[in-house]
Amino acid sequence: MSILERFIEGWKKYRKPGYYDEFDYHWAMTIDLDQCTGCEACVTACQAENNLPIVGEKAFAEGREVKWIRIERYWEGEYPDIKLRFIPMLCQHCDAAPCETVCPVSATYHNQDGLNTQIYNRCIGTRSCAVYCPYEVRYFNFNDHHWDSPLEQQLNPDVTVREKGVMEKCTFCIQRIRQAKDDAKDDGRRRVRDGEVQPACVQTCPTQALVFGDRKDPESQVSKSLNNPRAYRVLEELNTDPSVVYLKKVDAKG
Amino acid sequence: MEPETNDPQYADIHRDVVRSIVETGPKYYAALATAIGVTLLCFFFPWFYQLYYGLGAAGVNHPQVWGTYLASFIFWIGLSHSGTLLSCVLHLSNSAWRKAMYRSAEAMTLFSLMVAATFVLVHLGRPWFIHWALPYPNQMEMWPNFRSPLLFDVMAIGTYLTGSSIFIYMGSIPDFAAVRDRTTGWRNTMYTLLSLGWRGTDTEWHRLHWAYTFLAVLIIPLAVSVHSIVSWDFALSIVPALHQTIFAPYFVVGAIFSGTAGIVTVMFVLRKYMEGFDQYITKVHFDNLGKLLLVLSLIWTYINVLELFTGWYSGTSTEYEALNYKLFGYYAPLYWEMILFCAVAPLLCISKRFRTSFVPMLILSIAVNIGMYTERFLIVGTSLSRQYLPDAWGVYVPSLVELSIILGSFALFVTLFLVFVKIFPSISMYEVKETMVIPAAEPVVPKEGSPT
Repeated sequence: MSILERFIEGWKKYRKPGYYDEFDYHWAMTIDLDQCTGCEACVTACQAENNLPIVGEKAFAEGREVKWIRIERYWEGEYPDIKLRFIPMLCQHCDAAPCETVCPVSATYHNQDGLNTQIYNRCIGTRSCAVYCPYEVRYFNFNDHHWDSPLEQQLNPDVTVREKGVMEKCTFCIQRIRQAKDDAKDDGRRRVRDGEVQPACVQTCPTQALVFGDRKDPESQVSKSLNNPRAYRVLEELNTDPSVVYLKKVDAKG
Repeated sequence: MEPETNDPQYADIHRDVVRSIVETGPKYYAALATAIGVTLLCFFFPWFYQLYYGLGAAGVNHPQVWGTYLASFIFWIGLSHSGTLLSCVLHLSNSAWRKAMYRSAEAMTLFSLMVAATFVLVHLGRPWFIHWALPYPNQMEMWPNFRSPLLFDVMAIGTYLTGSSIFIYMGSIPDFAAVRDRTTGWRNTMYTLLSLGWRGTDTEWHRLHWAYTFLAVLIIPLAVSVHSIVSWDFALSIVPALHQTIFAPYFVVGAIFSGTAGIVTVMFVLRKYMEGFDQYITKVHFDNLGKLLLVLSLIWTYINVLELFTGWYSGTSTEYEALNYKLFGYYAPLYWEMILFCAVAPLLCISKRFRTSFVPMLILSIAVNIGMYTERFLIVGTSLSRQYLPDAWGVYVPSLVELSIILGSFALFVTLFLVFVKIFPSISMYEVKETMVIPAAEPVVPKEGSPT
C-alpha cells in the first residue's frame, strides 16, 4: 500500500463518528463503600503486584510515597459527633482524561481496552499529567529506588521497575489483562470471560467491595453493579468520564 | 543629578562603542570570571547533582510536582518579552528614544530566552529525551502530541528564539561593518564574516530597512502569542485558580511589565559601567520607561483584581478555597509582598522627579522583578497545593538545590551578557546617529570595504 493510500485509510478511520469511544473491552471498576472497611489490603496487594517502591521514612515525610491506590480519610463533624469517612482512590481511567491531552510526547494515552495507559519508556518527566489530574493519582519517581537483598527477589517479573524521572500510576494491572487476553486467544475463544481477570486489589479485597470487569458485557458483574442506584462518580462535574464508579455508603440513622 | 552632557559627535559614537569592544580592563575580566564561576558552581554543579540523583534533589513532592523551575522558566520568558517586543513597537512608531537602548534590550530577550530554555531541561525528569517533544520523522514512527499545550510551548519558544535572533543580528549588520572597519587581527576576520560583506550602499540600506520593518511587524504578534501559549500550560488545566480565561493577557502584561523593569536595570548597569554610555542613555529613557512601567503596573493590578473577582464569582467551593488559600494561606506573605512590589511601589512613577532619578528607578525595577518572580512562584505554588481532593493537599518549599539554581541562572544570564558586550556593538551606532544633528561640515559617507 502506498503512503498516500495508507494515509487516506487512516484518515477515514479516524473520521468515523464515535471512533474514540469504540473499545474492544471497556474495563471498569465499582467500589462499594458500604462494604469497604478501609483495611488497606488493596494498597498492600498493589504494592506487591506492581513493584511499587518503598520510599522510606524521609521520602514519605516529604510527600513522595508511591501508592497507586490509597485510602483517603475524611473527618466529618466536630468531636462528640464525629464520623470517619474513607474512600479508596486510584486512577479513574477517565475516558476524557485531562492527563492525556497535556502530555507532549503522548506517553499517556487511551488504549483499545478503554484503559488510560502510561508508557514509562516514553515519559520525559514533565509532570504536567499529575498537575492536570484532578484525582491526584499520578505518582512521580523522584529518584531511583532500590530493594534491599533479598527483597529484589520478590519483584514481579511481568512489571517494569520504573527509573527516576518517570511518572507512574494504576494500570488496572494491565499485565493480568494482557495475560487473560492471550489465554482467551489461545483457547480459541474470542473474548475474555467475566471474572477471568482481576487486578490485585480486587483479588485481595476481603469484603469483595471492589468489582472489576468489562462494561461492554451487559451480563458482567460490574455492569450490574453500575446500575445500582447508589452509584456515583467522584468529581463527576468535571466531565472526565471516569471508569471507576463508587457505590454510596448507606448510613445507619442515629 | 548628572548634568546633560555635551552632544556627542558621529566620531565619538564609533570611538566609544568600538572602545567598549576592543579595550578590556581588569574589571571586566574579574566580572566575567566571577560570573562564570558562579554559573558553574551554583547552576551547573547542582543541576548535575540533580541529574544524578533525580528530581528528588528539588523540593517538589505530591501534589506539588511543579516547582520553582517552572516558575523560573516563566520568569525568564517574561523577562525576554520587553526586549524585542518593545524594540519592534518603538521601531514601528518611530520613537527616537528607542535607539540607544534597543540593542541591549534585544540581547536581553535572546539571553533570557536561552536561560528559559535551559530551565525546561532542568525541569524535566528525563531531559535527555527532550528531542521527543520535537516533530521529526523517526524510526519509532511517533509524533509528539499536538494537542498538548506543552508542545505549543516548544513551538512558540523555538519560533520566538529564531525570530529574535534574526532580528537582533540583522539590526547589527551595519554596526558589525563599522566595527570591522576599525579593528584588526582576528576581530577583523570575525566582523568581516559577521557583517556579510556590508558596504553601506543605498540599495543595502534600503533593503535592510525594509527587512527590518518586516521582521518587526512579524515579531509583535509572535511575542504576544508566546506568553499566551505559556499561560495555556496552566489555563488549559482544570486546576482551580489556574483554569481561567484571563491567563493569556495576564501573562503577556506580566511579561512586558517584568521585561520593562529588566531593561531599566540593564540600562542602569550599562550606563554606570560602560565608559561614555551616559551620553547616550539619558534621563529621557528612564522617564519614558517609567511611564511605561506605571501603565503596565496599572493594567497588571486590574487583571489581578479581576482574577480574584472571577474566583469569587464562580461560586464553587474549590475556587473559594484556592482564593482563600492565596490571600490568607501558607504563601500569603508572598502574595502581599507581590502586591506591594508590583502594584503599590510602581505608583511612585507618577512623579516625574522619581522617573528621572536613576538610583530609585533601579531599586524600583529590581523590586518589580522580585515581585514578578513571586507571582510566577505563586501561580505554581498556591494553586497546586489546593486542588479538588483535600486528602491530596500539601505545601511545598524549594530546596537548596533549587535556590542555588535560581541564583546560578542569573549568573548564567550575566555571563552571556558579558560575552555579548564584547562581541556585539551594544549600542546601535547607525541609529543613534540618525537622532543627532547632522554635522554641517562633513557629510557622512559610509566607508567602503575593509581597510586591509
